[in-house]
Amino acid sequence: MATKPILSGAEIILECLLLEGVDLVFGYPGGTILPTYDALSKYPQLHHVLVRHEQGACHMADGYARATGKVGVAIATSGPGATNLVTGIATAMLDSTPLVCITGQVPRGVIGSDAFQEIDVTGITLPITKHNYLVTDVSELAYTIKEAFFIARTGRPGPVLIDVPKDVQNQKIEFEYPEGEIRLPGYRPPTLAPADDVAAAVELINKAQRPIILAGHGVMMSGAVAELRELAERAGIPVALTLLGTGALPEEHPLVLGMMGMHGTAASNHAIQQADVLIALGMRFDDRVTGNIKTYSPDSKKIHIDIDPSEINKNIRVDIGIAGDLRTVLTQILPGVQPTQHGAWLNQIRDWQEDSDERDIIKRDTGNTLFGAQVINDLWKFTEGAAVTVTDVGQHQMLSAQYYPHQRPATMITSGGLGTMGFGLPGAIGAKLGKPEEEVWSISGDGGFQMTLCELATAVQENAAVKIAIINNGFLGMVRQWQELFHGRRYNETVMFSPDFCKLAEAYGIPARRVTSRAEIEEAVTWARSIEGPTLLEFVVEKEEMVYPMVPAGADLHAMIRRPKPDEEEAK
Amino acid sequence: MVYAQQTMEIQPRKKHILAALVENKPGVLNRVASLFRRRNFNVDSLTVGRTHRPHMSRMTIAVDATRGDANRIRQNLYKLINVIDVAVVSNEPHVSRDLALIKVRSDDADSRNQLTELCERYPARIVDIGPKVAIVEITAQEDIVESLIAALEPIGILEMVRTGVVAMGRGIRILDSDYEPVMPGAANGNAVSIV
Ligand SMILES: Cc1cc2nc3c(=O)[nH]c(=O)nc-3n(C[C@H](O)[C@H](O)[C@H](O)COP(=O)(O)OP(=O)(O)OC[C@H]3O[C@@H](n4cnc5c(N)ncnc54)[C@H](O)[C@@H]3O)c2cc1C
Ligand SMILES: Cc1ncc(C[n+]2csc(CCOP(=O)(O)OP(=O)(O)O)c2C)c(N)n1
Ligand SMILES: [Mg+2]
Repeated sequence: MATKPILSGAEIILECLLLEGVDLVFGYPGGTILPTYDALSKYPQLHHVLVRHEQGACHMADGYARATGKVGVAIATSGPGATNLVTGIATAMLDSTPLVCITGQVPRGVIGSDAFQEIDVTGITLPITKHNYLVTDVSELAYTIKEAFFIARTGRPGPVLIDVPKDVQNQKIEFEYPEGEIRLPGYRPPTLAPADDVAAAVELINKAQRPIILAGHGVMMSGAVAELRELAERAGIPVALTLLGTGALPEEHPLVLGMMGMHGTAASNHAIQQADVLIALGMRFDDRVTGNIKTYSPDSKKIHIDIDPSEINKNIRVDIGIAGDLRTVLTQILPGVQPTQHGAWLNQIRDWQEDSDERDIIKRDTGNTLFGAQVINDLWKFTEGAAVTVTDVGQHQMLSAQYYPHQRPATMITSGGLGTMGFGLPGAIGAKLGKPEEEVWSISGDGGFQMTLCELATAVQENAAVKIAIINNGFLGMVRQWQELFHGRRYNETVMFSPDFCKLAEAYGIPARRVTSRAEIEEAVTWARSIEGPTLLEFVVEKEEMVYPMVPAGADLHAMIRRPKPDEEEAK
Repeated sequence: MVYAQQTMEIQPRKKHILAALVENKPGVLNRVASLFRRRNFNVDSLTVGRTHRPHMSRMTIAVDATRGDANRIRQNLYKLINVIDVAVVSNEPHVSRDLALIKVRSDDADSRNQLTELCERYPARIVDIGPKVAIVEITAQEDIVESLIAALEPIGILEMVRTGVVAMGRGIRILDSDYEPVMPGAANGNAVSIV
């Protein structure tokens, strides 16, 4: 029998990362994680990205995971390093992204003594991780890491944290990678649907007159893109997307109605309200999606397929709830689905779409005023719709969902559930490092960009060629919109001073340009694309732009505030 | 266009009892407690104890909830990796017990007579008695315990402790306990420290 190598805990961590197929990690060193950083030089195959703030490490790992479908890895030291991860972990939790976060901890002997930089990070992250561990002996380490990756990427994915005391990193043991599958007694994500549920779903689908599919993030996570398309096309069912479901079907597909919900299209929202059969696939009826649940899609029979049983009947009561893997369940359902056409229903939907077209800002001459919507739409045009867009949170985020029609899965990367400002830039760096062959655009507002702009330095150090667009409206725009609509235009604390973003970029060695009119957009975008490394474009836009349609929080889904039609505006 | 209101059946709240088989690992109780707080579920009582298998503990959780909520709690509990199996025991025929120790005044003949009499009527007994106070023990279904407490009240309750409900489904249905721990035992690891 070959002798097993004697490795330190630190080496085991890195060895296991490699065995899990990791080649890129994001992190920041410090006292209690130092043994692991010391061992890094023995593992040149593992590239470490030095961030400027641990929140950035988490968001980068998150952007990396969403772009590649692989597990993202973030590393931090104990205490402040670990607490800086918290926002990033919560962001990943709410959007079900697979992450493994590794934190250093004070040595076992002093745990509980308020030692220097000791913080109970497993306690802090307990409600915002799918699972977490405090490793108390090096003999547990390899198995724990293997289990953590397994939990992070299977079932409903999510972040997992492993806290490793410094002395455990220094302990030595014969290293043996645990063979075989992970067996967890209390963890058996459902896969197949019961036959009678399948039959009932098939019957509902075949009988529907006004069906609609709600496609969510789970479509991508379960790899059910082809099955979704097959279902929609065969049964002639229109498809509305959640924000995180963007790309599940190409937005230019004739059956795709665009986003649903608070800032969704009128066609999606009306179709949901008037549907007789609603087929929810891998989405969780977030309140930004439903509006008032009491009046939500009142006349429909509802089918909900989700891998997480606790999502079924959580927000919306359904008639057929199937806990299972979406792709597997759709494969069960598809053979029974008959080819159908819903001409009258689709005509009705087309009317809604035509009405929306008349209201669309993009179709109007806005003179010298540049609108964020126009910037995003032109960006789409001049990137040939082929970019991966990573947004921050706010108006520009909603405009990116509305005016950059995405054609492929994993090309709209955004913090949906937590709505974390500051996600954009680090998220984009992570996505670009994971998918160097893609054109990655970071689209941020002037507010959110300033939350994590320190990562500009990381982009330069890593030569991550992200293209950065700042939509500068001089406001915390989305909050200003609420103030305009619901707080009598009292713009308390939403007006914002910003630095000269172009000079700032130049200080980091990043070429930058400012764009103030629509005529300049094409040239600026073309210029940015022609440069090898990171570049920055600042778009100075209308300060009081509105994102329409808008369903006020808690209002009925069909009670959308709409942009007036041009003739209605004149009449005012 | 006017839409009808979705009819939401309003379910009554009542007492539900859940049983959860959990891995005997540090922090599991914390995870369960955190879940109840986070999801805003109201716990009446929560008990934990060892089982016949050393790597597993069993929790009994009594909640005041609608039937739908009880189901949500079950699904959320099951999402915890360390929870091996969960059941809403009160949905099926079951046995439930609560144990109470009640310290009451016994400083006159009247109170002592009343205590003796109550212990005959209830499945209760006096486990400690002195010139001033006595301790009454009862193990019974929760409503019977409540009833005894009410009957003791006029005599004078000085102190009380209850275990909270423990419960088990009747018949051959059992919680799924068919597994062996997989992780190498940490306590007897063969590691050597170098620092
Ligand atoms: C300013 C702002 C405005 C917003 N406005 C809107 C809006 O107008 N419209 C909108 O849609 N969103 C909006 N959002 C986003 C919203 O908050 C939610 O994040 C989003 O709706 C969630 O989409 P989802 O349910 O598809 O994805 P997730 O929240 O990621 O849920 C995915 C679901 O898929 C399930 N799943 C995972 N894997 C599988 C599998 N293998 N098989 C089956 N199921 C699986 C999961 O269990 C989960 O239930 C907004 C966010 C912000 C910040
Ligand atoms: C970390 C964080 N703090 C506060 C908020 C609340 N919030 C949501 S949108 C928004 C305004 C964003 O402003 P900006 O980044 O300029 O984008 P804009 O809406 O103007 O496009 C704020 C403050 C948030 N989502 N995240
Ligand atoms: Mg702004």
